[in-house]
Amino acid sequence: MIFEEEYYAAGAPARVSQNGIFLLAPTLFAHGTEEQRARLLPRMARADDVWAQAWSEPEAGSDLAAIRSVAVRADGGWLLRGQKTWSSRATYADKGFGLFRTDPTAERHRGLTYLLFDLRAAGVTVRPIPQLDGEPGFAEIFFDEAFVPDADVVGEVDQGWRVAMSTASNERGLTLRSPGRFCAAADRLVDLWRRVGDASEAAPADRVVDAWITAHAYRLRTFGTATRLLEGGTLGPESSVDKLVWSELDVALHETALELLGAEAELSGPDGPDGGRWLSGYLFSLAGPIYAGTNEIQRDVIAERLLGLPRGDRR
Amino acid sequence: MRFALSAERLAFAASLHDLLAAADTPAVARGFAAGDYEPGRTLWKRLAELGVAALTVPERWGGLDAGPVDVVVAFEELGHHAVPGPVVESAAAAIVLAESGVTTWLTDLARGEVMASVALPPHVPYALDASVAAPVLAVEHDALSRVDATGGARSAAMSSVDPARRLFTVTGGEVLARGEEVRRAAAHAFELGALATAAQMLGAGRALLEMATGHAKARVQFGRPVGSFQAVKHRLADVYVALELARPLLFGAAIAVADRSEAAARDVSAAKVACAEAAYRAARAALQVHGAVGYTRECDLGLWLTKVRALMSAWGTGTVHRARVRAALAGREVRR
Ligand SMILES: Cc1cc2nc3c(=O)[nH]c(=O)nc-3n(C[C@H](O)[C@H](O)[C@H](O)COP(=O)(O)OP(=O)(O)OC[C@H]3O[C@@H](n4cnc5c(N)ncnc54)[C@H](O)[C@@H]3O)c2cc1C
Repeated sequence: MIFEEEYYAAGAPARVSQNGIFLLAPTLFAHGTEEQRARLLPRMARADDVWAQAWSEPEAGSDLAAIRSVAVRADGGWLLRGQKTWSSRATYADKGFGLFRTDPTAERHRGLTYLLFDLRAAGVTVRPIPQLDGEPGFAEIFFDEAFVPDADVVGEVDQGWRVAMSTASNERGLTLRSPGRFCAAADRLVDLWRRVGDASEAAPADRVVDAWITAHAYRLRTFGTATRLLEGGTLGPESSVDKLVWSELDVALHETALELLGAEAELSGPDGPDGGRWLSGYLFSLAGPIYAGTNEIQRDVIAERLLGLPRGDRR
Repeated sequence: MRFALSAERLAFAASLHDLLAAADTPAVARGFAAGDYEPGRTLWKRLAELGVAALTVPERWGGLDAGPVDVVVAFEELGHHAVPGPVVESAAAAIVLAESGVTTWLTDLARGEVMASVALPPHVPYALDASVAAPVLAVEHDALSRVDATGGARSAAMSSVDPARRLFTVTGGEVLARGEEVRRAAAHAFELGALATAAQMLGAGRALLEMATGHAKARVQFGRPVGSFQAVKHRLADVYVALELARPLLFGAAIAVADRSEAAARDVSAAKVACAEAAYRAARAALQVHGAVGYTRECDLGLWLTKVRALMSAWGTGTVHRARVRAALAGREVRR
């Protein structure tokens, strides 16, 4: 956490290795083999291998258990067939991780296996999809008999759902969306308000203050989460709280910046204020309530698993 | 106490809707974004045949001198279909020109032969789409200048959050008129421009709600349409309420401007704030309900979403317009 705070405070660039180091690495710590960790982690840390995550499919978004892509038994491994979509960084990444159906007869959440695959392998085709914010960003991945050796199964065969859920908790808070990121953004917002804010306008000033308060709260809350983990606890459904907090904070913070910028707010790219960073940050923030499990789904998790309200008929 | 659109105005809106629905306006907007302006110009000429370009031009120059209510009716449909180009600016420019006594371009504007752009600092500091507009005008204090031809300077195109919009800083130029009437003309044009922008946002908000509702009915997750989930229903219902509440403010403001009411500035600002908030709420909800497919450039949703975001800070931001309402409520003189 200290490193992340300093990293973002210094304005250091986004890390191409983030899906690996923040999402796959914790999964390998918990579920991988010694051999997998030795083979994959050093290359991941050096960004020799850039990783993409591949859960979503055209028919499996919020309803991830609707996954249809299959892995079929083959000599010494598995053959992948099907399609993944919205896979961030797949356009230029080397490898991917995701869930594939290995037992089509099992109940939806069972019979899924967590596999690692080579994006450059025979039988793998990647089609970039341009994002709203103009970034090349995510991509579709098509599998046509792409081979995965047994050594690239993470956890046990048919137990992938459980393995994947531990990765999802990391994406919802703590590592991928460390408080440092939002504290740095809140500090920049305060700085912007000092530069361009109109002292006679109380409303925008209050929004700046609110963003700062939320960033500060998220930071302290995450200290608490880290303490819990150090004492042997797990992330669990509490991470849904984090996901709501940072995603909504990120939108509010950028909306406030755009309001402060007045008529300049719509200018994008190098013509925009501060090199267009507020606008590009704003457009990216709009995706936050969608990826890593939509905020509607997170509210369901909080209501059902933390508050104990009756489960809806979603299965 | 009758507060409803006349049959003629409803028919006018319907005819615009029919024309635009058949014109593949998303393709026109994408063309504009790519620098292909011809389909946009052609569309403007077709809209001109229905009178849209002539609304703010006096009758003696071939215009309709139609008044703010008709302007609102028309611009709501333009926003509904995300029509690109300096459409609000052309309407506002006609007012500036006519009321400053500069008649040169009025006939061509009314016919849709030319489009105009105008900068009205401080709240409209840039000239939108100056590269497709002639004349490009600017009002500084009490001087009206033409900046696209002689002696004026125009910056390189600056890009906007809405890829179909390009903004230009304009300076200098040939002074066409000067004096108190220019100042008044600019003030009137600002009210009309803010009103037309609010109308565009209301229309865009409606389009976003339509797209979101359509998607929520069609997209199946967990074995049922996502629109059957209460979280989705309530979010879209809130958008509907916001749009329903913005609409009367918009038409009320149009009437206030038409009547040259003392409260016109206050009412225009209230309408701009409410339409912007409602349209923005619609944009956020529509994106959220679409999920990742909404976050692609391949999906038309983004054309409306980025347009709404751009229009929120065009013709006065929320802060500017709230300040005008506040000033009016505090009983102080309302600055433009
Ligand atoms: C920028 C970005 C990057 C992404 N990167 C990746 C990636 O790297 N790898 C990957 O696998 N995926 C990625 N995704 C995809 C992301 O995981 C999905 O978008 C997300 O799971 C939602 O699925 P969906 O888009 O299909 O929306 P849908 O599931 O179709 O949802 C549509 C709407 O319905 C709502 N809804 C659905 N079910 C319910 C319910 N039960 N109750 C209430 N509301 C409900 C949703 O909340 C949403 O508002 C990315 C998405 C974005 C936007």
